[in-house]
Amino acid sequence: MEQGATMSLFWITAILLIGAIIPVLTEKFGRTINTLATMLAPAIALAYVISLLPAVLAGEVIVEYLEWIPSAGLTLSMHLDGLALMFALLILGIGLLIILYARYYLSEKEAVGRFFSYLILFMTAMLSIVLANNVLQLWMAWEVTSISSFLLISFWSSKSESRKGARMALTVTGAGGLALLAGLLIIANIVGSYELSTILASGDLIREHSLYSVALILVLLGAFTKSAQFPFHFWLPHAMAAPTPVSAYLHSATMVKAGIFLLARLYPVLSGTEMWFLIVSLTGLITLLIGAYVALFKHDLKGLLAYSTISHLGLIVLLLGLNTQLAAVAALFHIMNHAVFKASLFMAAGIIDHEAGTRDMRKLGGLWRFMPYTATLAMVAAASMAGVPLFNGFLSKEMFLAETLHSSALGFLSWMIPVLATLAGVFAVAYSMRFIHDVFFNGEPKDLPKTPHEPPRYMKIPIEILVTLCLLVGIFPEFMIGGLLQAAASSVLMTDLPYYSLAIWHGFNLPLLMSAIAITGGLLIYAYRSHLYRFQAQFHESDEKRVFEGVMQQLVKLATKAHDTLNNGSLQRYIAAMLLFTIGVTAFPMIHLESAKTHFPDQPLSGIEITAAFILCLSAIATVIYHRKRMVALITLSVVGLIVSIAFARFSAPDLALTQLAVEVVTVILLMLALYFLPQKTPAESSPSRVVRDVGIAAAIGGLVATINYAFITQPIDTISEFFLANSKTGGGGTNAVNVILVDFRGLDTLGEILVLGIAGLGIFNLLARVRLAMPSSNENGLPWTQDRHPPILAVISQSLLPLALLVSFYIFLRGHNMPGGGFIAGLITSVALIQQYIAHGVDWVKPRLKIEYQTLIALGVLIATLTGIGSWFFDRPFMTTWFDYFDIPYIGEIELASALIFDLGVYLTVIGSSLLILASLGKLTSAHRPTAEE
Amino acid sequence: METLYVICVGVLTSCGVYLCLRGRTFSVVVGLTMLSYAVNLFLFSSGRLNLKDAAILGMSESYADPLPQALTLTAIVIGFAMIAFVVILSMRARADLGNDFVDGSEPADSNKFIKPNRDKA
Repeated sequence: MEQGATMSLFWITAILLIGAIIPVLTEKFGRTINTLATMLAPAIALAYVISLLPAVLAGEVIVEYLEWIPSAGLTLSMHLDGLALMFALLILGIGLLIILYARYYLSEKEAVGRFFSYLILFMTAMLSIVLANNVLQLWMAWEVTSISSFLLISFWSSKSESRKGARMALTVTGAGGLALLAGLLIIANIVGSYELSTILASGDLIREHSLYSVALILVLLGAFTKSAQFPFHFWLPHAMAAPTPVSAYLHSATMVKAGIFLLARLYPVLSGTEMWFLIVSLTGLITLLIGAYVALFKHDLKGLLAYSTISHLGLIVLLLGLNTQLAAVAALFHIMNHAVFKASLFMAAGIIDHEAGTRDMRKLGGLWRFMPYTATLAMVAAASMAGVPLFNGFLSKEMFLAETLHSSALGFLSWMIPVLATLAGVFAVAYSMRFIHDVFFNGEPKDLPKTPHEPPRYMKIPIEILVTLCLLVGIFPEFMIGGLLQAAASSVLMTDLPYYSLAIWHGFNLPLLMSAIAITGGLLIYAYRSHLYRFQAQFHESDEKRVFEGVMQQLVKLATKAHDTLNNGSLQRYIAAMLLFTIGVTAFPMIHLESAKTHFPDQPLSGIEITAAFILCLSAIATVIYHRKRMVALITLSVVGLIVSIAFARFSAPDLALTQLAVEVVTVILLMLALYFLPQKTPAESSPSRVVRDVGIAAAIGGLVATINYAFITQPIDTISEFFLANSKTGGGGTNAVNVILVDFRGLDTLGEILVLGIAGLGIFNLLARVRLAMPSSNENGLPWTQDRHPPILAVISQSLLPLALLVSFYIFLRGHNMPGGGFIAGLITSVALIQQYIAHGVDWVKPRLKIEYQTLIALGVLIATLTGIGSWFFDRPFMTTWFDYFDIPYIGEIELASALIFDLGVYLTVIGSSLLILASLGKLTSAHRPTAEE
Repeated sequence: METLYVICVGVLTSCGVYLCLRGRTFSVVVGLTMLSYAVNLFLFSSGRLNLKDAAILGMSESYADPLPQALTLTAIVIGFAMIAFVVILSMRARADLGNDFVDGSEPADSNKFIKPNRDKA
């Protein structure tokens, strides 16, 4: 392996991704130009892949890396080995033919550009799967194929069957994709790497791991759903609702092969165990038989081909499950052959549908007269599908039959494999025969919508190319694909290849006899098919679509029921559930928490603390007891708040005490105002059991919080605050470390904080604008609210206190940097002083006297704070670097000026603006000056 | 002291949680207020309980941890903004929905919307 110097492999996907946009852009230039432009990107990619062909055939593996998020260890990585090369050629080559075909298949009225875009997107995803050298990358591409195939299948979205078919395909392959992800993660975890090349080199490690069986089943689920293996095969026939080019591409050559690609890719690590052989071979065998049998009874051309595809996919899976190396070679050979003949058959079916107006074989017949050329092409492809000598299908089928003879995958019952394989071969011949005979011969067409004729010249080209390949590979196998097969096989087996010969003639042997039996038997069965049809008609044909929709609806119903039970609209119920969960996850580890033992004894108590704690707990409990009398609860609540601020003061946090006190005042005024508009009492409505439940939850949470709190405050302290204390004066220019942290060290946090405050204020303003609130005329006892206006004594006192209060707040603001205080506290004090004017005089009185727009104040505050931060850019410093210096001013003395003071001014203004906007807007509701949206 | 402190925090938490579990907006608002006291005290105490050393440089030998104090200070202010928002929201809800019930289905005796009557006010 070598690391490529250029990123050429990445260019393949990049070019295709660009190519996915081109069709939409070129749609307006007419269909021919559109088609040619669409083909450009795949053609370039194909040319590039072909240029790498010699190197890869010589045994080289091209590996390339692209650093994506190196810090997280994520690297995009791609590789091109024999297997990837084989698939890339199929995807790009058949893709190009499909584009050409689709140009004639789709009518002018349809959104051809969109269709081509989806198609190229799908092609990109498929290529990304085969080129991926990282399992996560592979999985991502895998999911994109599911999604883009959903878009393609539902292209005719006006048809119900298209939508249902697409949904079914997406559900099944999507669910499989999730299983695959889990499986890949397990494998990557075992190996310790997401790189495919590392994983592929660790086969023994994975196979011997205890999680091997889990990983295997998950990966197989992904592969089997994608490749339509029994019992997940049902989605494929319904995906035939897609336009035929899509069926020809996705459901013959590419998407369904992705699952098989995955099996082949992981063959070196996952295969080789009893479990692999048993599951894979049995699944393949059952799918092979069911597909071949059911295909015979499908009257729809595409239905027949769909089941035939299922059957052939089963055949390939069975080969991968047989425990011989040659079987894997045969599997790869058949992947190519099947892609070639099945794509051409689908295209032929599309032509018939297009030119005759139906795909129903009960109506079709005798088309040979109308389209002999198409018929010839279809016959060659069908012969290849049936395994007739001289066509490519015969060779791989012969290899398959030979391998079934050598297999011991089913132990003593292994003899069943060749017998059942021959049986499947019989049916394959029969349905191939039917495809040709029922359509092109067998009487006259019956009430066709239009008279059939040959398709346009260029529509046949893709089929001609593929059919020629069928013949050339069938006659000169070694020359045509010998090298490619060898390269692919060596990257799957990762050992020296066993001897095999790609000759047509191996002499008279058992496989040849089995082929002969299959052909004779198939012709016989076809001749006497009416008996089988009669037999089959006795069965009630179940419609997978209805079953699937039924299951889906049941699931939805179940989910709805679960949702409705959990989500009944009771917020309290959600909180209770969350709290119970919290209790669960917190309590359990705490049982084992040994390190939480006390490290130092309690500090001694004094009378003050005991008294304060007593009042605090009493008020808190009183608030709960009287919570239905809302006014009383509010009063006891304010007592709690007061004690909390005293506690802050007691425990050496003067800033906090001041803030808490001011906030307390504002909060209580706010709640009292709100109470005016809310019911004054809460009716008793909690059931006794509910009370018990809630008390239980509350007590448990309280106990847990207290325990955690105790656990950490008795631990030795290990804090980063030493830095702040050491640099507060020298770096921030202030002695009040708390304030310096707020406006300097953690200034960005504070900026965010005042933004939140401002947003809350504006949000409240909006909530209250145009609110249609009831204005209660009496209290809950029916007593009318007093008509008294504002008491004069309060008015006089508060008015004379206002200058003093403003002065105090100014002082607190200025000294904040060095002593307890600062913008937050000063802002709150100013707010309280102004609110007092509202209370004492009423909104009518304040409004003409205080002409400040509070919204503007908020904006101004945030602006000042932000600009202060930006200011430091002009001095080539990072955002929010503060500056300070000492000045000697005559008569006043030396003072310190810091840019942090301007920042604090912004905080100050925002706090005033927000708190007043909140309270004034609410207060105005009681008066005629109700805020409106215009204000 | 530490024991008493955490008992107070626990009681406040319990009372706050219990009130939040009531089905009416005002009880929830009161409960949230109480809960925010508890949370603030809880966070504040991560700097340990220090009786005499405010974090003012030059005033004492050792200092209380200033970082939890600074964080708690903003938490108090933000807490106020949150309470204000919730209480206004509950008023708005009552105005638009006609009741102050937040526990899912509406009980029979809920406080019905009272028609505005500005003349008497």
